[in-house]
Amino acid sequence: MNGKKMKPALKTGLCLMGLIVLLAVLGPLVYGYDPYAQDLTAVLLPPSGVHPFGTDQLGRDILARVLYAGRVDLSLMVLAEIAPFTIGVFLGMAAGWFGGKVDWVITLLIDTFIAFPYYLLVIVVAFVTGAGIRGIFITFMLVGWLLYARVAKGMTASLRSQEWVDAARLQGFSDLRIIVREILPNVLPQAVVVLMTDMTGLLVMIVMLGYLGIGISAPTPDWGTMIAEGQTMMTSAWWISVIPGIAVVLTGIALSFIGDGLADLWREDGF
Amino acid sequence: MDSIQTKRNTEEKKRFRHWVRGALFRSLLVIVFVMIAVFFLIRLVPGDPAVMVLGEHASEASLEALRERLGLNLSLPEQFVMFVKNVFLKADTGASIKYGVSSRSLVFKYAPVTLLLVLMATLITVAVSLVLAVLAATHRDQLFDHIIRVIPAFTQGMPVFWTGLLFILLFAVHLHWFPVGGLDKGMLRGLTLPAITVAFGQIPPLVRSLRERLLEVLEADFVVTLKAAGVPSRTILFKHVLRNAFVPSLMLFSVNLSYLIGGTLVVEQVFAVRGVGKLLFEAISNRDFPLVQAIALYCAVFVVVISLVTELIAHKADPRMNK
Repeated sequence: MNGKKMKPALKTGLCLMGLIVLLAVLGPLVYGYDPYAQDLTAVLLPPSGVHPFGTDQLGRDILARVLYAGRVDLSLMVLAEIAPFTIGVFLGMAAGWFGGKVDWVITLLIDTFIAFPYYLLVIVVAFVTGAGIRGIFITFMLVGWLLYARVAKGMTASLRSQEWVDAARLQGFSDLRIIVREILPNVLPQAVVVLMTDMTGLLVMIVMLGYLGIGISAPTPDWGTMIAEGQTMMTSAWWISVIPGIAVVLTGIALSFIGDGLADLWREDGF
Repeated sequence: MDSIQTKRNTEEKKRFRHWVRGALFRSLLVIVFVMIAVFFLIRLVPGDPAVMVLGEHASEASLEALRERLGLNLSLPEQFVMFVKNVFLKADTGASIKYGVSSRSLVFKYAPVTLLLVLMATLITVAVSLVLAVLAATHRDQLFDHIIRVIPAFTQGMPVFWTGLLFILLFAVHLHWFPVGGLDKGMLRGLTLPAITVAFGQIPPLVRSLRERLLEVLEADFVVTLKAAGVPSRTILFKHVLRNAFVPSLMLFSVNLSYLIGGTLVVEQVFAVRGVGKLLFEAISNRDFPLVQAIALYCAVFVVVISLVTELIAHKADPRMNK
């Protein structure tokens, strides 16, 4: 529609995301405060030159904790997407390529689990597996692949009917080779666009579990537990809860701009 | 002419029935999956669930009693059969360990508040989304439309509990428009800010999709014809365009329902509303297994039934969808 106009969005998104990743990776090394160090002479200090984002009820520096939590949350977000992304793309391609019974089963699974109340499932699984990251990995592997499978299936089915695919088959190339060498490169861009939106959802979920006390557990800083820690002091020390939330929102904005920008870019290229 | 019409009608009915059968089957499948998940959850716990509930220092006798109560002394298939039988034949989802009463009575006791909150959030979501989407679509590529289109990027990463805290700070603490939390000042007054919080997260993506749908209809041939025939644009919008956007919005609602319910449960926690969400998180911190299982099951059934009904209405309203 207005793809040319959207390109600044992609640039903005990439710059913002680059900055966030850089801060999370290098920030804790460069910044002088220890995210765990308590200082009972400096509790609940508002943002100032010494503590740019203030301190919490134990006198810990909020900036140091936000930076360190970024490492924890962002790496978890990326790691937990690997399995669902891979599984989804391959199941979707299999459904689109082979059709018939394979397609029927995978489509049924997709249609079924789309309606699955998985917000709830995440909470319950996290509860059972105990506070920590295991629950996030398990549930996300169970339900996270759906969207990728749906996109990959649609794309593969439409590619399959094209002439060059027939040509490749006539040349005697195996199904696997055609799928990996010809279909996959066409499916990946679309799946990556979905990935950008999905990562934000996953990040919000990770943060939510931390907030509820069933995600990343207490001493390790995580944006969600930080928001929960500041909740009761919202009126007197807003910065404890507000700042980690802003970190989540900024990540969401960056991913969203990248996703929209990529979608526009690739649409112009005819994907 | 007449026979063609009848033939088309029976054809449509056949397709609709076929779709209904498929939808019922899928819904049932979801419920079965949820039951299996809920059943096996307690078996996934590393170690002895009885120890996990009662703690390391519980006596062997009390552990044994709890195992018997939870049916853990039976073999796995026996346990599963008992679980399914109890749920389907007696609507019995087990007794809460903490409160000692049936989990069903607890869920039913807390459900009305949550249902009211869900209803209020839904009404706010639908009303605001419709107005914003219509304004954006009718002012295409103007400033308002551009703003509407970038808003989802900003709200997408807002955790619902965080938005809730900000709203409390702004609307309750500073502006005194709403109570800070709880329902002491009356149910509707207490639930308004939580409902707005839940709706706030739902509105932007809904507006975005609705806007696209409205634009499609606005550019459709029949609308162009109506315009050319001199029908006032207001009449076109309300009589024709909105009606055509109704079905896709229903489908969107159905897809978003599980997020809506999840968001509601978490928001209750922020505003200290004593609903099913509060019950769930209390049950979690009390390690009250049967209660957690029951809440998960009831919520799942609720989501499945409501989305089935929504889709049914959508398919009834638009026969083109029954393919």
